[in-house]
Amino acid sequence: MDSDLSPQDKKDLDKFIKFFALKTVQVIVQARLGEKICTRSSSSPTGADWFNLAIKDIPEVTHEAKKALAGQLPGIGRSMCVEISLKTSEGDSMELETWCLDMNEKCDKDIKVSYTVYNRLSLLLKSLLAITRVTPAYKLSRKQGHDYVILYRIYFGEVQLTGLGEGFQTVRVGLVGTPVGTITLSCAYRTNLAFMSSRQFERTAPIMGIIIDHFVDRPFANMGHMHPCNYRTADEDEGVTYPGVEDSQEVCTTSFSTSPPSQCVCTVSKVHFQTPKSAVMDTLKVHITGLAFSDQLYSFRLSYHPPALGSADLCYQPVFNTAQPHQMVIPGKEGGVPQAPVQPSHGTPADHGRMPTCTPSSMARHIPATPSSREEAETLSQSSEAKSNSPPDILETTFTRKVGAFVNKPANQVTTACLDLPFAAFAPKNFDMEENDLMVNPPDSPVVESPLQGSLHSDDSTGSSGPLQDDFVMVDFKPAFSKDDLLPIDLGTFYREFQNPPQLSSLSIDVSAQSMAEDLDTLPVKLALYEQKIDEFDAFVETLQ
Amino acid sequence: MNCRSEVLEVSLESRQVDEAMLALLHTILLHRSTGKFHYKKEGTYSIGTVGSQDTDCDYIDFSFVRVSSEELDRAMRKSVGEFKDALCNSGSDGVGQISLEFYQKKKSRWPFSDECIPWEVWSIKVNVVSLANEQERQICREKVGEKLGEKVINIVEVINRHEYLPKMPTQSEVDNVFDTSLKDVQPYLYKITYQITDSLGTSVSTTMRRLIKDTLAL
Repeated sequence: MDSDLSPQDKKDLDKFIKFFALKTVQVIVQARLGEKICTRSSSSPTGADWFNLAIKDIPEVTHEAKKALAGQLPGIGRSMCVEISLKTSEGDSMELETWCLDMNEKCDKDIKVSYTVYNRLSLLLKSLLAITRVTPAYKLSRKQGHDYVILYRIYFGEVQLTGLGEGFQTVRVGLVGTPVGTITLSCAYRTNLAFMSSRQFERTAPIMGIIIDHFVDRPFANMGHMHPCNYRTADEDEGVTYPGVEDSQEVCTTSFSTSPPSQCVCTVSKVHFQTPKSAVMDTLKVHITGLAFSDQLYSFRLSYHPPALGSADLCYQPVFNTAQPHQMVIPGKEGGVPQAPVQPSHGTPADHGRMPTCTPSSMARHIPATPSSREEAETLSQSSEAKSNSPPDILETTFTRKVGAFVNKPANQVTTACLDLPFAAFAPKNFDMEENDLMVNPPDSPVVESPLQGSLHSDDSTGSSGPLQDDFVMVDFKPAFSKDDLLPIDLGTFYREFQNPPQLSSLSIDVSAQSMAEDLDTLPVKLALYEQKIDEFDAFVETLQ
Repeated sequence: MNCRSEVLEVSLESRQVDEAMLALLHTILLHRSTGKFHYKKEGTYSIGTVGSQDTDCDYIDFSFVRVSSEELDRAMRKSVGEFKDALCNSGSDGVGQISLEFYQKKKSRWPFSDECIPWEVWSIKVNVVSLANEQERQICREKVGEKLGEKVINIVEVINRHEYLPKMPTQSEVDNVFDTSLKDVQPYLYKITYQITDSLGTSVSTTMRRLIKDTLAL
């Protein structure tokens, strides 16, 4: 209750919460820019640094945050969320993490606002600085550039976590009790990043139909409390400069504060801006000069998701199809978990839990190294058990189809079927994406053990890859002029069997597979053995000549 | 008042010891440092600004944030370097422990020296392993990175319990609570000690020597 709080304290508390929210957004977004952040300590207080921390303010980010807040403050039942997602150069995107600042009802009436709350908020910001470098998205963001970019989206209201896939984990950054409630800051992050790993190594163009817009209505029609961000195109350059860190009148008037802050204006030299439409994310390129960042351009883009049909850029709608409340899983943490149930904002029960769990070890850190061991699960593909009875929600279907199709269908198979097939012109057009697509009709069999098996196998390979290939190969493949009495095998069958190279035995994941280290260890023994039998080998070679 | 004690354990290669210790110690110090205090009239004071800096590790797949203070970084590197040397040269199995202790000074009357009362101790147990080949090292790089991430989360969790912190001191008492020797930031008074466990499990006399030194110091 606010009755115990003096008006000055209430005013201060509101100010603290407001600036804390803005600084939180800055820290999170700056941690995902892809560069090392460095700000200087200053022994002389300027008064412009809220919470006594040197955190630069990127004007656009402040602007977006203020717009999302729209004059409100994070409060009980009203969370401020920052969603970080990844978008590839091909247009696929994936939500990586959601940071959530909210408040629960537990009040601490005795706490001193202007002193203790302020210092604890400062501590919480420092914790946020530390934790933002620990989640998997940090490493991904440091490597962004050509292949993908990291995007952010700020929204206010109920937190939505359905886009994080199954098995997402949460980490609580911290909490600060205040007389009006307890401020909590937490992060839910995706652990299932296999989409990323498979994508990196498959450079072929996506198969036709991979981006299918089934939207029949505006995707954000039911967003309700969500606040769309501005849409910016690359064509427009109105050169809008945002106000810098203003709020010179917003000074923390505590006993340990100092003289009024000096103006700190950040000029943005190039900003792409357009009148807002009901889009969720922005596309933005910013040159930041005069700040602690390096002078080089960093593309800090927020993608645009147009509401209209037929747009090829429409790749991800994270806000829809909320399902049953997610259980947040915190592995072995003692601090407890902030329950943030995801309330379905619309009536349609959507497919939920589509992403079969992948082992947490298959995370970003290992992505460039060994794809074979990481592509275990078909991430973002539909798991059969998760299919609801209702027709698959169109929006989510699109998203998972796009990615799932890419992950499910090995590239070489796909391209062969679509483009390189010698007799493609004669192939009947009954190749129906809809029916064969695992996204729409998930197979009853469990997911493939290893997508590598799927991509490099032939029909002779071990059974788990069988269904995968069969799903994709055309049933009525009748190559022209293929009947040949000399050959005991039909040309079509022959082609199908041998269109893929057989799987390398060293890549098969058998229990008996030895590690490379062991292989190396046994090499000298093997070499010695071969040397002994060298005469036999020579004789064999001579027979070949 | 009981001293809060937290123990973190890591297993890593010898070349990773420096960076891992720096990562954890700096993470703790980031939370236990404030800006410089400037006392004004009427008992009020203002606080300087603490900057932060990203640091990448070379031997570990990990990045951490530390306070932007070269003096503090130098002090940490020196302590960690000594610890690492002791760890590698002791001829032990490579098991040791480095402790970061935050304390308050309590003035005593002459001839007794000031009492140092710890209020928070962070101990990091280190177990050095040797690896056979490059593949194992690569895996270790990543695993240690993940482990350090978990440790950072543990540290943040403990700190955000908001348990005992010394009261903000008056101007005359500030040196009893904070280390005011640095130019740009002001961490709580801290000291770093370490002990190496030899293969017999008994701790070497380093700790004893330090205790004696501290007692005799005036």
